[in-house]
Amino acid sequence: MPGKLKAKIVAGRHLPVMDRASDLTDAFVEVKFGNTTFKTDVYPKSLNPQWNSEWFKFEVDDEDLQDEPLQITVLDHDTYSANDAIGKVYIDIDPLLCSEAATVISGWLPIYDTIHGIRGEINVLVKVDLFNDLNRFRQSSCGVKFFCTTSIPRCYRAVMVHGFVEELVVNEDPEYQWIDRIRTPRASNEARQRLIFLMSGELQRKIGLKVLEMGGNAVVGYLQCFDLEGESGLVVRAIGTACTLEKISTFPATATHPNNSSPSKDMKEPGFGEEAPGVPLSSGPPTPLRAQTFSSFSPSKSYSRQSSSSDTELSLTPKTVGHLCHFCMIPPSPFCVFQEYPFFTLTAFPPGFLLHVGGVVSARSVKLLDRIHNPDEPETRDAWWEEIRQEIKSHAKALGCHAVVGYSESTSICEEVCILSASGTAAVLSSRFMQDGPLDTEHRFEEVVSPGCGFCHIPYDELNIPFPAQLTYCYCCRRYKVPDVLFTTIDLPTEANVTGKGCLIQARLCRTKKKAQGEGNATAISSLLPFLEYELHTQLMNKLKLRGMNALFGLRIQISVGETMLLGLASATGVYLTALPSPGGIQIAGKTPSDITYEQHISTMQKKINDTIDKNKELYEINPPEVVEEIIGSPIPEPRQRSRLFRSHSESSDEVSELDLSHGKKDAFVLEIDDTDAVEDIHALLTDSPTPAGFYSCNTEIMPGIQNWTSAIQMFTSVRVFRLNANLTNQGLNKIFSDLCENLLKSLYFKLRSMVPCCLCHLNFTVAIPEDELIQVAVTAVAMSFDKEQPLENGKQSGEKTLIKGKHRPLKAMSGIFPPHLSFLSSLSPSLSLALLLSTASSLEKASPLPEGRSRSLRSNRSYSGSSVAVVKMTPLSFIPGAKIIKYLGIINMFFIRETSSLREVAVSLFSDSFRSLFAMVRAHVAALGGNAVVSYSMKECVFMENPNKNQAQCLINVSGDAVIFVRESELESTSVQTQSATTHTSNATL
Amino acid sequence: MSVELDVFVGNTTIMDKEVYQLWLNGYTVNDAVKVRIEGGVMEECEASAEVLLSDTMDQYRTFQMCERLLHHPAKLANQLLFQIPPDRQAMLIERYYAFDDSFVREVLGKKLSKGTKKDLDDVSIKTGITLKSCRRQFDNFKRVFKVVEELKGPLVENIRQHFLLPDQLARDYAAIVFFANHRFETGKKKLQYLTFQDFAFCAGQLINNWTVGAVDNMMEDMDVDLDKEFLQDLKDLKILITDKDLLDQHKNLVCTALRGKTNVFNEMEANFKNLSRGLVNIAAKLINAKDVRDFFIDLVEKVLFKLNKTTNRAEVLKFSQNINSLFSSQFIEPCRSDKLTSIDVNLYLTHYTNSAHILDTFK
Repeated sequence: MPGKLKAKIVAGRHLPVMDRASDLTDAFVEVKFGNTTFKTDVYPKSLNPQWNSEWFKFEVDDEDLQDEPLQITVLDHDTYSANDAIGKVYIDIDPLLCSEAATVISGWLPIYDTIHGIRGEINVLVKVDLFNDLNRFRQSSCGVKFFCTTSIPRCYRAVMVHGFVEELVVNEDPEYQWIDRIRTPRASNEARQRLIFLMSGELQRKIGLKVLEMGGNAVVGYLQCFDLEGESGLVVRAIGTACTLEKISTFPATATHPNNSSPSKDMKEPGFGEEAPGVPLSSGPPTPLRAQTFSSFSPSKSYSRQSSSSDTELSLTPKTVGHLCHFCMIPPSPFCVFQEYPFFTLTAFPPGFLLHVGGVVSARSVKLLDRIHNPDEPETRDAWWEEIRQEIKSHAKALGCHAVVGYSESTSICEEVCILSASGTAAVLSSRFMQDGPLDTEHRFEEVVSPGCGFCHIPYDELNIPFPAQLTYCYCCRRYKVPDVLFTTIDLPTEANVTGKGCLIQARLCRTKKKAQGEGNATAISSLLPFLEYELHTQLMNKLKLRGMNALFGLRIQISVGETMLLGLASATGVYLTALPSPGGIQIAGKTPSDITYEQHISTMQKKINDTIDKNKELYEINPPEVVEEIIGSPIPEPRQRSRLFRSHSESSDEVSELDLSHGKKDAFVLEIDDTDAVEDIHALLTDSPTPAGFYSCNTEIMPGIQNWTSAIQMFTSVRVFRLNANLTNQGLNKIFSDLCENLLKSLYFKLRSMVPCCLCHLNFTVAIPEDELIQVAVTAVAMSFDKEQPLENGKQSGEKTLIKGKHRPLKAMSGIFPPHLSFLSSLSPSLSLALLLSTASSLEKASPLPEGRSRSLRSNRSYSGSSVAVVKMTPLSFIPGAKIIKYLGIINMFFIRETSSLREVAVSLFSDSFRSLFAMVRAHVAALGGNAVVSYSMKECVFMENPNKNQAQCLINVSGDAVIFVRESELESTSVQTQSATTHTSNATL
Repeated sequence: MSVELDVFVGNTTIMDKEVYQLWLNGYTVNDAVKVRIEGGVMEECEASAEVLLSDTMDQYRTFQMCERLLHHPAKLANQLLFQIPPDRQAMLIERYYAFDDSFVREVLGKKLSKGTKKDLDDVSIKTGITLKSCRRQFDNFKRVFKVVEELKGPLVENIRQHFLLPDQLARDYAAIVFFANHRFETGKKKLQYLTFQDFAFCAGQLINNWTVGAVDNMMEDMDVDLDKEFLQDLKDLKILITDKDLLDQHKNLVCTALRGKTNVFNEMEANFKNLSRGLVNIAAKLINAKDVRDFFIDLVEKVLFKLNKTTNRAEVLKFSQNINSLFSSQFIEPCRSDKLTSIDVNLYLTHYTNSAHILDTFK
C-alpha cells in the first residue's frame, strides 16, 4: 500500500444550464480512481456550486498511481431519470509522484465534454502521500522525472547520460470494438480518452523502470507518440534519453555572493569529478555505483511532499552553489555510451560533448498492419522498430560515428499501410569518457579543438567516404577536413561559429500514386520512397545554395501517405557555418545549346538565380569573414585564441576563387534544364517568397545571429485543410502543396505583424492526408520579438555570455514585462486603478506572508479587477526569453477528442474551439500545478476526421510539454524566492 | 481546389483593433476586407488579398466566440478559454459597449422592448448605421437595463462594476437606463436640436438630485426611480401661482434682482406670470407618470419658447440645472447654479428660485 491519493472538490463555476425549467443545475461530482468512486453531495439549483467536500482518500499501489488518471465527472442530478453528465476532468497525478516536481494540484480546471467542449470549471485539490518502498522487484517507477525538453533542463545538470530508452504498449482501439456500435459517441470517446491516459501512464512507468535499472533518475527528450492503426489497434510508443540529473542552485550567485561561490564549488566539484569517471561503464551487471545512486534516490521518493521546499530538495543531493551557468560547469564526465543503441533524443548538448557530426542518418520501412493478437506482447511492433534502429546504427557506423543524436521516430498510417521512419544525426561524442563505446582511436582528438568548428570536422575516414563529398580544410582552424555542406537534425550548437543569420528552408513534394490494396500498395509505396527522399534532398540542397548557406540544422523530413498520393515535407534551418566552405552558386545547363531563344531563357534564369543569391546573402547578412594570410600559413594555430579573434578572421576573395578552382566545376551545383524535374525545381526555387521585412524564421530552438530577445512571446497553432481537384499531375500537386505552405507562412507573418521585429522559432510543420484529395498542414511555433536597437552580435555566443547580458539589462526587461498593465493603468482614471491595485494587494497580503518583492510582482501581474486567471505562457522552446526557469513541475501530456454531430457546426469552428479548449486546459493544469509556463510544448497528433454521411466530425489532438515555474530575470535580482510554489498557490487561492 | 479549413489559435488571443471595430460596426467579412485593403494594410505588410480574407474571417470567428463573454464582462476576466491581457480585455469591453450618439438619440426614452427592436431597421436606414450594429447597441442597452433594474445602490457605480466600463461610459449608460425607465419623450421635433450628451447631462442631474438614492444615501433603494415623496411635495409649489400675493411678491423679488442685468428684462417682466405658471404646472404634474414622460417637451414648449424664441442648447442645459435646483430647493441647499449666471435664462431662473425662498411661505 505505498500511496495515498487525496482529492477534495471545492467548487464549480460557469456551469451550463441543465434544467431548462429553472435555468439552473443541480450538480454533483464523482471522483474516480481505479475502481474506487466517491461522490459529493448534490448542490442544488446553482451554476456556481460550492461543494467544499471532505477529502476523498484512495489507498492505492504506486503502480496504479502512475498508470491511472484521476477522473472527475461532474453530473446533473435528476430525480426521475438518469443523471446527465456535464463533463469530465482527467488529472494526471504523475507530477505529484516526484519529489522535485509539484506538491499539490490546486486550481480551476475546465470541465470538458467531448461533444460540447468546455462546460464550466471546477476547483479541486489533489495531493499524494507516498510511502517508502524499497522492494527491488517493484513494478513502479515513481520519482523518475520526465522532460519533453530535448536538452539538459535548465535548472539541472547532467551527472550522467545513460542513453536510449524506448517502450511501446498496444491495445485495441475502443473506437473499433463491437460495442461501439451500440454505445453513444460520448461513451466511446471517453473510453478512448481514458484508455490513452492509461496507456501513456503505463508507458511512462515502464520507461521509468528501465531508467532506474540503468541507474538514472530522469528521462530527457521524452517523445511519446500514438499510432492510430484503426482496426488493428492502438499503439502508444515513447523514446527518450535516460539521465542522472542533479538539481543546481536556482539562483546563480554571479555578483551577489562572489565570495562563497568559489569555495563551495571547490568543495563540491571534486566529489562529482571523482564519482563519475569511477563508474565502470559497462552494460554488464549492476555496479556498486548504480546501487548507490539507486539507494540515494529512494529516500527522495519517500520524502513527504506536503512540506516540500526547494531547500530540502537540494539537501538530498550535494549542493552546488555559485554556478554561473550550469552548462559551463558540467563535471567532466557526464556522458557514457554503452548501450545497444547509442541513440540520444537530445538536440542540444553541453559544450565539449559533441565532438564531430557526420550527417543525417535516416531509415524508413513500409509495413502492412495486422491485428495485434496479444496486447501484452507487442512483439511485431517491437521487431519493426528494432529493424529500423539497427539500420540507423549501421548508417551511423558507415559515417565513422558511434552515436546518433537528435534521434526521433515517427509513423504515417493510411488504411493498412504504415510507414515507419527514424532519423537522427550521426555523431562522435566526447570520447574521453566512453571506455566502452565503439571507439575509433584514429579520430580521437586529444588536443582541444576550437569549439566553434570542432563539430564540423569529419568523423569518417577521408579515403573511405561512404558518399561523394568534397572535403576542404576547416575555414576556422585550417587543420581538419570539413565537408562542403552539413545536414543535421540537432540544434545549432551554442558554441558554433556562424556567419549572418539563419532561415527556415523547406522542401515540399507531392507524388501521385495508384490506388492499391495490401501488399501491392506497400510495394508501390516502398518503390516511391527513395525517389521522394532524393528529390526532397535535392530541393533542400538547391534552396540552401540559393540562400548562400552551407548547413542545415533541425532537419525533419516527414513523409505522409494517402490513398492516392505521398506527401513529403522537409523543414530545416539553414545557416552559414564559418568553418565550412562558401557554397558555390547554382548553374543552369541546357542540353540543347543550339537554340538561341533557349539559351536566352537559360541565361535569364541564371541571372535570376544569381540575383536571388545575392539578395539573400544581403538579407541574411552572410558576408563570410576573410582569412588573414598569416593564420593560414601558421602551422600551429591556437584554436582557443582563434575563436576569440573570430572577427578578425578573414578570407581574401582570391582565396575563395582559388578554392573554387581547386574543386573545379564541382562546386557549382549544376541543374540541367532539359529535365522536367529540373524545371520544376527551378520553379520551386524561385517561387519561395522571402520573409517580409522584420521577420525571421527557423525551426530550431534559437536563431543564429539574434540574441536580444524581449519578453514578448506568442505561441500559436495554425491548421489548414486544402481540398484538391481530382486528376492533378505531379507538377500541379507540387505547386498546390508548395503554395499552401507558403500561404500559410504568409498569413502567419501577417497575423504577427505587430510583433515585428520578430522571429518565428521552432516552426514545426506537420502534414497529413486525412482523406482522399485533402491535404492538412498544421503549424506550431512561437513568435518572439527582439530588440533591433541593440547591436546584434555576430556568430559565436555562449551560455555564459547570454546570461550576463540578461543581467545587464534588468530595466529593459522590466519595461518589457508589464507593458499591458502599465498602459492600462495610465488609461484609466488614476483613482480607480489605484483602488483596484490596493484591494488586490491587501487580499494577497492577508492570505500569505509573501516576501516583499514577490507580492509586488504578483500585484502588478494581477492588477486588473477580477482577473483571477493567471497568465500561463506556452512555448515550444526549452526556455523563456528574459526569464529563468527555477522549477520543473512535471510533464503535461494531454489527449483530446472532440466530436460534433450537429449540422450547423462546421469543421472550422470545431477545430478552432478544440484548440482553444486545449490551450485552456493545458494552461489550467499548469496553473493548478503551481506553474506559470509550459516549455517544450509540442503537438504530437492532430487528426481530423469527417463523416459527412453521418454529419459527424471528429478531431483528435495530442499535446505535451513541461510545466515550469519561471521568474523574470529582473525579478530575480530584487527577490529571494524560496517557496515559489507556495506563493503561486496562495495567489491562486485568494483570487 | 479550395481551402476547407483555416484556423489560427494563439496562446494569447490575437485581436486586431481595427478588425474589431469593423466587426462592431456590423461589416460583413467581405466589406471588412475591402475597408482593410483601402486602409493600405496590404502594402504595409506585403500581404495578399487572400491572406487578408483569411485573417479577417479568423478574427471574426474569434469575436463571435468572445461575444457571449462580452455580454457578461466580469466573466471575461474569469474564463479560461481566451487568454487576453487585461488591457486588451478593457479595450474589448469598452468598444463593445460603445454606442453611436445618433443611434442612441433615436431610442432614448423608448421602451427597450421587442417592439422597439423590430423598428431598428428604420433606425438603421435613418442613421446609416448597419442593422447589426444597431442590434448590438440596442441589446447592450437592454442588458444593462435588465441587470441594474434589480440592483440597489448608486446606478452609475452599479453599471461600472457589473460591466467594467470606464466612468464616462457608465454615466452614459446610467442616463440611457434612466431615460428608458421613465420613458422620457425625446423624439419630438421640438427636441431634435438636443444631443444625447445634453440629455445625459440632464439625466445626471436628475439622478443626483431627484431620485430616492439622492435624497437618502442610506436608503437601500435605487437611483432609477424618482422620489415619489418629493414629487408629491412639488404640488405645494402651486401656491406660487394660486396665491396672488405670493405671485406678486415673487415677481417683485425676481424683477429687482434682474433689473439692469439683462437685455430682455422687459420681456421677462411682462411674461413673468406665464412663465411661472408654466414652471409650477410642470412641477406639480410630475407626480403622474405620464406627465413625467413629457417633462422635457413641456419644459421646452411651455417655458423656454416663451422665455426666448431663440433658445439654444446651452440654455436648456443650464435651464434644466436650474429647474432641478428649483424643485429640490426645499430639500437640499440651493444648488451651485449661482455660478452659471451668464445667460439670461439662467439668471432668471436663479432669481426665480432665490426669490421663492425669500417668500415666507417657503420658509
